[in-house]
Order: sequence, then C-alpha cells, then structure tokens
Amino acid sequence: MTATQDNPALERIEQEINDHPVVLFMKGTPIFPQCGFSAMCIQVLTQMGAKFKSIDVLNEPTIRDGIKQYSDWPTIPQLYVKGEFIGGSDIVREMYESGELAELFSNKGVELEDA
Amino acid sequence: MSVARTIERKLTEQLHPQSVDVLDQSHQHAGHASAPPGGESHFHVEIVAEAFNNLNRVARQRLVYQILNDELAGPVHALSLNTLTPAEAMTKPYSNGGHNRK
Repeated sequence: MTATQDNPALERIEQEINDHPVVLFMKGTPIFPQCGFSAMCIQVLTQMGAKFKSIDVLNEPTIRDGIKQYSDWPTIPQLYVKGEFIGGSDIVREMYESGELAELFSNKGVELEDA
Repeated sequence: MSVARTIERKLTEQLHPQSVDVLDQSHQHAGHASAPPGGESHFHVEIVAEAFNNLNRVARQRLVYQILNDELAGPVHALSLNTLTPAEAMTKPYSNGGHNRK
C-alpha cells in the first residue's frame, strides 16, 4: 500500500484502521451525519449492531484528502473492516441488502451486538 | 454540454456499455452544505457493461471514478453508482438509490 512515512495523515489513517476492527470515514458524526451517504452507512452499521470508530473528515481536512489517496477512492464515506477497504456507500448498501456484509463481519470475526 | 451529458459521453466512449443512465439528483440536496446553487452536483449512474466482468465492486467503481476523474475534481460533489455486468442486469432489478423505476 501507499508509503506512509512522510505523511502524518496517512500514518494516522493506518493506525486507526489497525486499531479498530470497523472504521467509517464520514462527513459529520453518527448522531449528526452531514451527508445522506454517510447517514446511510451509519444506519447500516447501527442496524447490524456493529461497534465502529467514526472519523469526521469535515473536522480533519488532512484526513479528508489523505483517505482519498490512501484508498485510491475519491469519495466519502469509506468503510474499513479489519484493515481492509470495503467500499463507499453504494457498496455498503448493496452488501448489506445481499447479506454479504453480515457474512464479511462473521468471516472477519467482527463482534456484533444484538440489534 | 451539461455535466450529465459529459458523464454519459465519457462512460459511453470508454466502456462501450450496454446501457448507461445518468440521473441528476441535485434537487434532493438543495440547501445542503456541499450543494452549490444551480444543481448539476449530485448524480446517480446506472451502468451495464461487459467491462465489469470479472471485476469486484471496488474495482468496478474505481474504473468509473478514473474515467470521471475531472468531473469528480470539479463540479460533481456526489456520485452514486450501480455497476452491473449484462448477465447481472438480466437477473437483478436496478437498485436505484431510492426512486424512479419502481
């Protein structure tokens, strides 16, 4: 993956996705999402009972640019599970609807609370 | 040329899709912080192309994002995508971001 040495934002991103099993880079916060696509991802994760770390890119412009570069993906939100880039809101929605997201969480050993 | 037409033209030239449908959803986001007045900022694209065969979801969307790099760096603030192969389009209904085509 991308060299992270000379960019603190990329280092921080790598640390977050290594430290937390589920990380959502989003606009706004889970309580006050600032974009419909981010809100949709929050709904999915909440519905599934997944514990997740959210990072508000509106508050952190260097992360906002950095995550696009890190993932080679130009849009927000972005979901990471166990350090792996899963996709943006279209993919999260499709995988939720098809049951693939539940399967992925199960395969990767992500703990879910009873929703 | 409108942004929607540009998106349609670029995807058609690069992917030779079986079908491509560009919906301007900017009106749904009017007044929202990243929605400039005048619209032409939020789009949903349904695309069916052989080019997606053997590509996973992330790779399909990256391919579309690369083709629309200039638009994403410029006027397009949000782009939702439904990327299907012709075989998938036969069996799956369009999932369309929540309107039209019911």
